[in-house]
Amino acid sequence: MPLIPMSSDARPIVSIENLNVGFAMRRGALNVLHDVSFDLYRGKTTCVVGESGSGKSVTARTILNMVPRPGVINSGRIMFAPDDADARDLTALNPRGKEIRSIRGGRIGMIFQEPMSSLSPVHTIGNQIIEAIRLHRDVGKKEARRMAAEVLAQVEIPKPEKALDRYAFEYSGGMRQRAMIAMALSCHPDVLIADEPTTALDVTTQAEILDLMNNLQRDLGMAIMFITHDMGVVAEIADEVVVMEKGRVVEKGDIHQIFDAPQHPYTRKLLGAVKRLEEPASAKVRPAADASEILKVEGLQLHFEKREGFLQRVTDVTKAVDGVSFSLKQGEALGIVGESGSGKTTVGRCIARVYNPNAGSIDYAGRDLVAARGGEMRDTHKQIRMIFQDPFASLNPRMTVKQLVAEPLVVNRVVKGKELEDRVAHLLTEVGLEPAMMERYPHAFSGGQRQRIVVARAIALEPKLVIADEPTSALDVSIRTQVLDLLLRLQAEMGLSFIFISHDMAVIRYFCDRVAVMYRGKIVEIGETEQIITDPQHAYTKALLSSVPIPDPSLRGKRQRHRYREDA
Amino acid sequence: MTDAPKDRAEDEPHSATLPAESHTHDAPIIEPDHSANQVAIASQWQLTWWAFKKHKLAMVGLVVIAFLYLISIFAEFVAPDDPSQQNRRAVYHPPQMIHFFDRTEEGLSIRPFVWEMGRERDPETLAVTYVPTGEKIYLELFGRGPEYEFWGLWTTDIHLFATVNPRDSFFLFGADRLGRDMFSRVIYGTRISMSIGLVGVAISLVLGVTLGGLSGYYGGRTDAIIQRMIEFVLSLPTIPIWLALAAALPPSWPVYQQYFVITLIVSLVGWTELGRVVRGRFLAMKNDDFVIAARLDGASERRIIFRHMLPSLTSHIIASLTLAIPLMILAETALSFLGLGLQPPAISWGVLLKEAQNIVSISQAPWLFIPGGFVVVAVLAFNFLGDGMRDAADPYVQ
Repeated sequence: MPLIPMSSDARPIVSIENLNVGFAMRRGALNVLHDVSFDLYRGKTTCVVGESGSGKSVTARTILNMVPRPGVINSGRIMFAPDDADARDLTALNPRGKEIRSIRGGRIGMIFQEPMSSLSPVHTIGNQIIEAIRLHRDVGKKEARRMAAEVLAQVEIPKPEKALDRYAFEYSGGMRQRAMIAMALSCHPDVLIADEPTTALDVTTQAEILDLMNNLQRDLGMAIMFITHDMGVVAEIADEVVVMEKGRVVEKGDIHQIFDAPQHPYTRKLLGAVKRLEEPASAKVRPAADASEILKVEGLQLHFEKREGFLQRVTDVTKAVDGVSFSLKQGEALGIVGESGSGKTTVGRCIARVYNPNAGSIDYAGRDLVAARGGEMRDTHKQIRMIFQDPFASLNPRMTVKQLVAEPLVVNRVVKGKELEDRVAHLLTEVGLEPAMMERYPHAFSGGQRQRIVVARAIALEPKLVIADEPTSALDVSIRTQVLDLLLRLQAEMGLSFIFISHDMAVIRYFCDRVAVMYRGKIVEIGETEQIITDPQHAYTKALLSSVPIPDPSLRGKRQRHRYREDA
Repeated sequence: MTDAPKDRAEDEPHSATLPAESHTHDAPIIEPDHSANQVAIASQWQLTWWAFKKHKLAMVGLVVIAFLYLISIFAEFVAPDDPSQQNRRAVYHPPQMIHFFDRTEEGLSIRPFVWEMGRERDPETLAVTYVPTGEKIYLELFGRGPEYEFWGLWTTDIHLFATVNPRDSFFLFGADRLGRDMFSRVIYGTRISMSIGLVGVAISLVLGVTLGGLSGYYGGRTDAIIQRMIEFVLSLPTIPIWLALAAALPPSWPVYQQYFVITLIVSLVGWTELGRVVRGRFLAMKNDDFVIAARLDGASERRIIFRHMLPSLTSHIIASLTLAIPLMILAETALSFLGLGLQPPAISWGVLLKEAQNIVSISQAPWLFIPGGFVVVAVLAFNFLGDGMRDAADPYVQ
């Protein structure tokens, strides 16, 4: 635990004062940061939290004097080491000058969200770290290599000497992020800026990285600026919290103060949205006890074959789904939870027959979906609908909302003409959008609104079963609950059954009656949601649950982390 | 960077409890002003046009190209003279400037004219030189010149501008070794050179989109076969093949038939590039969520391809076509320059440049290189236009 005496003798290392940053846009200047002021302290972790577009990443880049184009710093100062003799204003330095470059990477390190795209694929990890060291320190190659191995050991990468000669693609996601941290630490910076470093990682990996950063901070005593949108992560790692909304700092203070006595309504809302996901939704309608089974999946199997060469010979097989069985009752919501690569999305797509399973049976209301062809399949597609993860990718940007929502009605020749328009208007009202918006194109809508359009399209044919594939993970927390509540309402009104795929235990707990935990193509545990969460049986489920960050700083460090490694 | 600044105002009105009421607010892209509504209902083409307009060089390119095509459509009208009309008394006549301010005894008036040039022979070297005679040849808008058939519809002798006295002649760009008016020849050349690109590209388009689309959408064996075919075509040495084909064209064929066949030859190689682009896009798009969504909606294969996939490609296709046209123009110019392409009496920029192949033209008649300038301007304009279109092509990716 980083237990450092509070504010009185903590000296700021970076002091941001009244920062204003604007972007030159087509229609005039757009201010993205308004009077942002906060400090980063030596030996403390400051979490900057806010939803997308709140200006947290722009702030981080401005500290390094790398304002993304077409941004300009309008006013304000960023003082580096304000108490020292060599205090300087980072915004006043030439962005390409020597001085700022010695600070970037040398005294302020940065790690990014996507560890894959921030590491060069054509150089070994070792070479990249050695280069970073030699840029800032006058050491020989041998010495630099020794130091690189040392930092890799520091970030708990096993066999650091060997790891130096590996390439980024040979590392897993978590290992890559460790390597990024190692690179950032290689010059012993005073400040480490971490921009959503765990967002792209699975929750078990995220827990490991957070533990690592806590340890490093304790050992090295540097200042960490940790950018995140996740209140749970904040509770795990922060000493100080800065809450940003729409380019303004709305609240800042000590972690306990923010969590126990939030002042600003936006902070309260953020916390509220997270806290609501800590328990099952109150509005949830449980399926009737004697409800009939609508879907029965047995021994489902899908292997992806990699084919190469002119003769298309099979060279490699990935077992994406490896013998999955479950059943779903009328009006029930079954969650499928698992990490990336566990096969949860593939299961959903097999049921919708986007993919054709290799083996197993899918029995939908007495109909064998694996064998279904042509007309029968089309008829099934009217009853089983899908909601996709990314509302930006699943709406054709070239069609208006009316065309998008009407598409299933048109191609299935349900209604046409004036009646069609009425139907679309009705559907839009149903999902909480104005019918007047139907002439607009998807680009005019925010993420949450787009997901509502996707939902409207899904329910247009009055389906019985909806497969929702991570419908909320691309959305901000506050909007997440709105969309979930919408789905709950529709479920109650229309008696829908759901297969709800997610990596997020909190969302599953809020929405699902039962949950299936998937790991490497297999269901390792299935049962009532509350039961699984309170009393997990399988070791993997335990690991998964113990990794979920809990938005309560007082519980920090009191939980035992489980790690799960399957014997290969 | 996940938080692009443009998302700023897009965030929904924050209300965690009752979603349905909070949507009376619109979600404009940037700031809630009146033009936001316009952006919201803007179609792909409008967004593309707005993005394109910001590209200054591309706008210049667009204007130049529009101008060149106007000239080629109205070539007979714009050219003051018959391009194959020979004039023994005007061999290598130098270019004449048009003057607008006419100073006469009655005072200054605005009336376009050129100074008449007289032909003189140097008594020692016997070289022909042209010296001003001091006489003025007056010009007028919509004057009368040689008769022509306007688009094959009717016969007329009205030109955009001509000498007041039909027996006079003037040479804006000078004259060639047979005394033909270069200006009129360049105008007629523009027609053929600018349109050879269009025809060639149209053929490339059909071949490229069809074969590339099939290759990308169906994949597997179809893909393998078409890709091998493209590799085969690309491995053919083009110049020897052009040589052989040009030699094989029967000289008895009319000029325009030869022209058509040459275009065909050029475009048979040109489609491969587009085919690969289209294939790549189809391959990537086939697994996009919105295409899967359309499939789950129950849309037929035809509807998926034509209604959902192709519209996403049109802008890219147009951009790559714009970049392909200058290549065609250059290919035709190069072929004709080498004497493999169009043959006189056909007139194209390449044919005109062939006339400038000798030392005489460099030393005595540098104006014969003017068609080269047109090639450069046209190709540059197309490249600027294509660049701008490519940047603006996908308004949703920023």
